[in-house]
Amino acid sequence: MTTTATPPAAGPEHTPEPDDAPERAAPPGRARVALRRFAGNANAVVGATVLLLLFLLAAAGPYLTPWNHTDIDYTALREAPSADHWWGTTRIGQDVFAQVLHGLRKSLLIGLLVALFATVLASVVGACAGYFGGWTDRVLTFFIDLLLVFPTFLIIAIVSPRLRDTGWLALVGLLAVFGWMITARVVRSMARSLKERDFVRAAELMGVHPLRIVFRHILPNVSSFLIVDATIAVGAGVMSETSLSYFGFGVRPPDVSLGTLIADGSDAALTYPWMFFFAAGLLVLFVLAVNFLGDGLRDALDPTSGRAPGRKRRRARRKGKRA
Amino acid sequence: MSAPVTDAPRTTAPPVLDIRDLRVDFDGPDGPVPAVRGVDLALRRGEVLGLVGESGSGKSTVALAAMGLLPRTARVQGSVRAAGEELLGADERALARIRGRGIAMVFQDPLSALTPVHRVGDQIAEAVRVHQDVSRAHARRRAVELLDLVGIPEPGRRADAYPHEFSGGMRQRAVIAMAIANAPDVLLADEPTTALDVTVQAQVLDVLRTAQRETGAALLLVSHDLGVIAGMADRVAVMYAGRVVESAPATELFAAPRMPYTVGLLGAVPRPDTADRPLTPIPGAPPELRLLPPGCAFAPRCPLADDGCAVAEPALTGTGDHLAACLRPPAADPATLFPVPDHTPAREAVPREELPSVLRVRGLARTFPVRKGGVFRRRVGSVYAVDGVDLDIRRGETLGLVGESGSGKSTTLMEILRLAAPEAGTVDLLGRSTSELTKRQAHALRGSVQIVFQDPMASLDPRMPIGDIVAEPLRAQGASRAAAARRTPELLRLVGLEAAHAGRFPHEFSGGQRQRVGIARALAVRPELLVLDEPVSALDVSVQAGVLNLLRRLKDELGLAYLFVSHDLAVVRHIADRVSVMYLGRTVETGPVEEVFARPRHPYTRALLSAVPVPDPARERNRERILLAGDPPSPVLREPGCRFRGRCPVYAGLAAAERARCAEERPEQRAFGPDRTAACHFAERVSAPTPTAATP
Repeated sequence: MTTTATPPAAGPEHTPEPDDAPERAAPPGRARVALRRFAGNANAVVGATVLLLLFLLAAAGPYLTPWNHTDIDYTALREAPSADHWWGTTRIGQDVFAQVLHGLRKSLLIGLLVALFATVLASVVGACAGYFGGWTDRVLTFFIDLLLVFPTFLIIAIVSPRLRDTGWLALVGLLAVFGWMITARVVRSMARSLKERDFVRAAELMGVHPLRIVFRHILPNVSSFLIVDATIAVGAGVMSETSLSYFGFGVRPPDVSLGTLIADGSDAALTYPWMFFFAAGLLVLFVLAVNFLGDGLRDALDPTSGRAPGRKRRRARRKGKRA
Repeated sequence: MSAPVTDAPRTTAPPVLDIRDLRVDFDGPDGPVPAVRGVDLALRRGEVLGLVGESGSGKSTVALAAMGLLPRTARVQGSVRAAGEELLGADERALARIRGRGIAMVFQDPLSALTPVHRVGDQIAEAVRVHQDVSRAHARRRAVELLDLVGIPEPGRRADAYPHEFSGGMRQRAVIAMAIANAPDVLLADEPTTALDVTVQAQVLDVLRTAQRETGAALLLVSHDLGVIAGMADRVAVMYAGRVVESAPATELFAAPRMPYTVGLLGAVPRPDTADRPLTPIPGAPPELRLLPPGCAFAPRCPLADDGCAVAEPALTGTGDHLAACLRPPAADPATLFPVPDHTPAREAVPREELPSVLRVRGLARTFPVRKGGVFRRRVGSVYAVDGVDLDIRRGETLGLVGESGSGKSTTLMEILRLAAPEAGTVDLLGRSTSELTKRQAHALRGSVQIVFQDPMASLDPRMPIGDIVAEPLRAQGASRAAAARRTPELLRLVGLEAAHAGRFPHEFSGGQRQRVGIARALAVRPELLVLDEPVSALDVSVQAGVLNLLRRLKDELGLAYLFVSHDLAVVRHIADRVSVMYLGRTVETGPVEEVFARPRHPYTRALLSAVPVPDPARERNRERILLAGDPPSPVLREPGCRFRGRCPVYAGLAAAERARCAEERPEQRAFGPDRTAACHFAERVSAPTPTAATP
């Protein structure tokens, strides 16, 4: 096949950039473009950094303070923050700093894992139901509806005592299994409308494998919704763990999570604020960081979101270079 | 038929619509975006002014501003005076008084212009009662009269129907009836026929002409279709980048344009009446209005532009009625102005019978079930979407598949591309019947037939860089990642894009470039047959010409065969070697494109051809038109006889015995010369069209 030197009839809209290497071996693929955009997004980088710092804090917690989250200092009950107890002590003399860091570790894992499992489950089931239609759709939708009408709380309450030995991972599994259905229904309806779009039909006519279409075309096009939904699910995961713990089903003493700490400290929020605000503050910081990260990820994956501040700046710089 | 241009007595009367220095800005994310930049228009009573322009030129914004219908975020400056009253800045109460009575509007989409929950008659009666103090019964009588005027059969009964019970053409008639209900001085029609089929378009334009004549109103006709403008307008104003760049009486503008943009536009339109005239695309794309250069907005695309053009925007000047905004008015021949792509028709003199067959379809049929009921859905009937389609494409040949919406073109394509056994009939692709293919063979054959879709935005995954998009069919056919990456730049250059653009996303390209990406994707696996489903109907004229030229070049270079589906007969005439006409799921006529266009054998083909507007006022106004009555019948009914007979002008002139034959016997394809067939019992009685309609 030969290319003639006929000039393009309708020239490019933008003046072609003087590309230093027009014959680069491979054009940047989707993943690389998304990564580049992600790195250029200030919100995303801030979110990711904060989240990373929280993880580091949680992991390094035991080495930063001589206290353990179960230790009780009988000489310091309800003591305000001091050099000895950095964030004060609780009403029975436990070190708040040690407790909060321990709880943070639990909550980080529970929140992120619940959101991750629930979103993955929802997106795969929803997209398959919507894209394949027919009997696949009917069976999967029936299953989704079945789970929706189960009294979630009751089931978790009944099941969790039996899973006591497996620990918090079982809790994550339970929370994820009962938290994905509504997302899946939304994804299903979005997939149904995407299925009618020409680019999906084009892929079908090219002979692309159906599962490949789901993962290459359907899921990327619902990713904006999935990411927003997942960031909400992180907060929701932490909160439902809290409410379960409150009734004694989730994290059990002496183990603590941010949720149990907040629940314990909430009545003392005004009189002994350190018992409440450090835990609550870290939870807010955690959820905020996840939201920032999610927004950045969404903008990075959606090439049409030209409003991302990082991107505009980069464009302007590029233009400046050209001039 | 519009009156000839006799402006002398009219010029003394004050204009009924006077637009002076109209400027409209919209709020954009990066500051205000100008949409209209100083437009002057004057409409006199009884006059038809055509406003032409490509998408984004601001022509619809002018019409909306004249009605006071722009959103609040728009900043409007200048003056719009209708019947002596200033409309800009007038309060809602004053506007409401003028709207409908002083100025009335006909919108592009007739479905959204009618309220779905009220009867059509009531809506028109309401329009009457808003401005006239008449009784309910009187308004109702007036509504029925108006429906009769716009040519709706049985207006008394139809007035009680809801909008969804009307066809598209009837809805647009109802909207016109509503617009003229209060005998306005000015009618604004914003792309009134763009959403309609050609034969229905001809009907609606006829109604619009009648309505305008009956009310004596001035008509501002906004359209992108130069053919429609040529047939309707007394004067034409051409808009580009928010300004009027040329304004002249219609005959003069089409005969001797003075602005290079107009010249280019006329050169880029394919015409149904001329054969092998090469199209001259205008290079580049319309400018971004936010970043306009200081000089002439067209200068970056203009072959005549020099330094003087970049200094200041030229004013609209000229002698008499013919005004143009150009410093160096060119000669009127587009071929000398814009580079004509070097195109030598490289068709070897191999007889058609000896060429290998690429696609052969016989008696293809496809029905869709009509179901009713909630829990136990039962089949109550069938939609006969495709009911007897024959196609035959040889190597290196372009077959134009023509038909109106609902004729089953898209269903035919999908049936062919499914590569499975059809419901009835046979599909042979590259000599192999699709009903005998195994799954593996079908997958391999997918590489030999590829499709280009109509809407270039919808057919490209917005989340993928175009490099990945172009490589997708290769990967689906099992090519390695490296091999696909090697081929991508080659493909992009082949369709006139730059290889370095592979990392960009579809939304960063203009419509024409996106369609080129779609073509590159289709060519990736070196197909033998390319199915083009309305590939240029979503594009502007100047861009469309570039894509059509590209398709011609690719065909010559790569020896491709095209199945070119289009409702636009001018485009088909330009690109196709042979043409196949469909009506309600059946093939009614096939043959070489020149012969079919010159001597149509089937009455439907003939009516279709006569309905296509020609961008040439002299021809457009003097040629014979066959207006088909009514709309196509429902595809749910399967009649034994000819499906066209309800609208057929030949059938109307037949004796009773002959009519019985049309009603009972399904017309089979009959041969008229080599490779030429028509499915009509009385094809001999189809008279040849007047010579003006088809001169080579």
